[in-house]
Amino acid sequence: MEKEFRTEEPRLMKGNEALAEAAIRANIDAYFGYPITPQSEIIEYLSREVPNRKEKNIVVLQAESEIASINMMYGAAGAGARVITSSSSPGISLMQEGLSYIAAAQLPCLVVNVVRGGPGLGTIQPSQGDYFQATKGGGHGDYHLIVLAPNSVQEMADFVFEGFKLAEKYRNPAMILTDGALGQMMEKVILPEDNSLPKNIPDWATRGKPKNGKQRVITSLHILPEQMEAINYELLEKYQNLQNEVQYEEILTDDAEILLVAFGLSSRICQKVIDLGREKGIKIGLLRPITLYPFPSKRLNELADKVEFMMSVEMNAGQMLQDVKLAVNGKVPVYFKGRMGGIIPTPEEILYEIESHLHKIKVVV
Amino acid sequence: MSEKLYLDEYDIELEEVYCKPKEALFDIPFHYCPGCGHSVVHRVLMEVVEELGIQEDTIGVAPVGCSVFAYHYMNIDMQEAAHGRASAVATGIKRVLPDKYVFSYQGDGDLAAIGTAETVHTVNRGENILMIFINNGIYGMTGGQMAPTTLPGQVTSTSPYGRDTNLVGYPLKITELIAQLPGAYYVTRQSVHNPNAVRKFKKAVTKAFQYQKLNKGTCFIEVVSNCPSGWKMTPVESIKYIEEYMFPLYPVGDIKVPKE
Repeated sequence: MEKEFRTEEPRLMKGNEALAEAAIRANIDAYFGYPITPQSEIIEYLSREVPNRKEKNIVVLQAESEIASINMMYGAAGAGARVITSSSSPGISLMQEGLSYIAAAQLPCLVVNVVRGGPGLGTIQPSQGDYFQATKGGGHGDYHLIVLAPNSVQEMADFVFEGFKLAEKYRNPAMILTDGALGQMMEKVILPEDNSLPKNIPDWATRGKPKNGKQRVITSLHILPEQMEAINYELLEKYQNLQNEVQYEEILTDDAEILLVAFGLSSRICQKVIDLGREKGIKIGLLRPITLYPFPSKRLNELADKVEFMMSVEMNAGQMLQDVKLAVNGKVPVYFKGRMGGIIPTPEEILYEIESHLHKIKVVV
Repeated sequence: MSEKLYLDEYDIELEEVYCKPKEALFDIPFHYCPGCGHSVVHRVLMEVVEELGIQEDTIGVAPVGCSVFAYHYMNIDMQEAAHGRASAVATGIKRVLPDKYVFSYQGDGDLAAIGTAETVHTVNRGENILMIFINNGIYGMTGGQMAPTTLPGQVTSTSPYGRDTNLVGYPLKITELIAQLPGAYYVTRQSVHNPNAVRKFKKAVTKAFQYQKLNKGTCFIEVVSNCPSGWKMTPVESIKYIEEYMFPLYPVGDIKVPKE
């Protein structure tokens, strides 16, 4: 997707570090964050590398909490800076109030959630249990983040660029929803080219009132109901336009009789499931949503005309499942296979689940 | 400043000794209750911004509280922060625009209750911003509930029998607290309850903006203020209350001054 950025030789890197290096190359103005496993390599990498790249003039600040980080981000993004923060599930929960304000004030910025198992303090192992929180808003009020789900170290780096591009185009916060495994694992990556993401200072940014010009205000307060509703409609229109930015990947969907739907790490496992299934003569295909918001509902609805059933494979209790069902709208059965608690499902157990449904269908027929 | 004015009816010549800031303050009435200190503080802040000629270089952060609409009055670029987070928002602005003047403006509930962590750590980092702290010992906007700075025994809608220190602790003297931190450069407690106090407050604000240019750390000005509506008093009674009850606990004066 981001081939235009890649001119270098491949390197072997951790997902978190590839993402941090991509942020430097995307010429962020600031990073605000707070340590939490399994994403601390991001703030550690930036703290180590940024002082060696003084010409970039990047602020890296460890805040006293995720609440402070997200509000520093609000301030800096409101001043027209390109800003990023990163955390993991419990920390992202603390940021929800701030994200609601950022979405309401229409400030572009990028949030990285390296998801771990929950609820509560949970586990530091990988999970996809924050799908609802990421895609449905997360904080209070009617709003959405733009949500990108990488499934490789390569995409951990690429989606920093993609995330800023979309955030700045739509004046909306974007989130990279990844997980502890993608953050921690090492893979080959070709890093995005340095300085290749253009940057403009927006005229709405509070950088000091222009002489004889109008005051700029960043706010989310609209006391009059009519004003508030007008803002709600403005946001809705933006989310409508965002539907043009849907991205997804299809693997062997042309002749698929069974369609797996999986994002992020789960989609990597599903690739193996396809191989195992096809060896046995079961025609399995995969649709991988790359943007979780906006969601590829239209394409899923089309594919529902061609397959016997779908199965959503997730590392949670069945969250994306609801969006798949809404998209399919009853055309075919939608089943679910998931593991929780930081456990990554094996290809074999997913295939077993598929076969059990196949069996049921054949008996009925 | 001193253009001649005439009151035709009486044929009296008046000399203009004071006028509101013409550029930095919008020419509209404040929504604040009669007698409230907020409008005086707003006016003095913008007077200083105008006199220092930094209207185009100043970014303010409004809180959640009565002064949530500060940007309706202050004609400068402003951001409206979530409750308690004004100093974190100001940190974000100042870090990416280090050559601009940045101030946060918060009440007692905002700065000393929900935002205590942000307040302490902003000062501890020595952020080069000015923090204005309006202490009227009550939550004004939400209708007069108990604040962290409410006096012992003081009646509010959530301490209807008076603040019981056994149950809810003592008033938090956060200004003295943050003055202990090395990041604090200039810490002072002022008031705006009479003309002399307003003049002193104005001097403090002027100094604070001048210090900000030196990049030496956080400047912090507490303003002991009033809330006639929340206190259920007339403005005159509320001023007496400041003098009799607030000042003994919150004495006016410099708490930390730069070693020059």
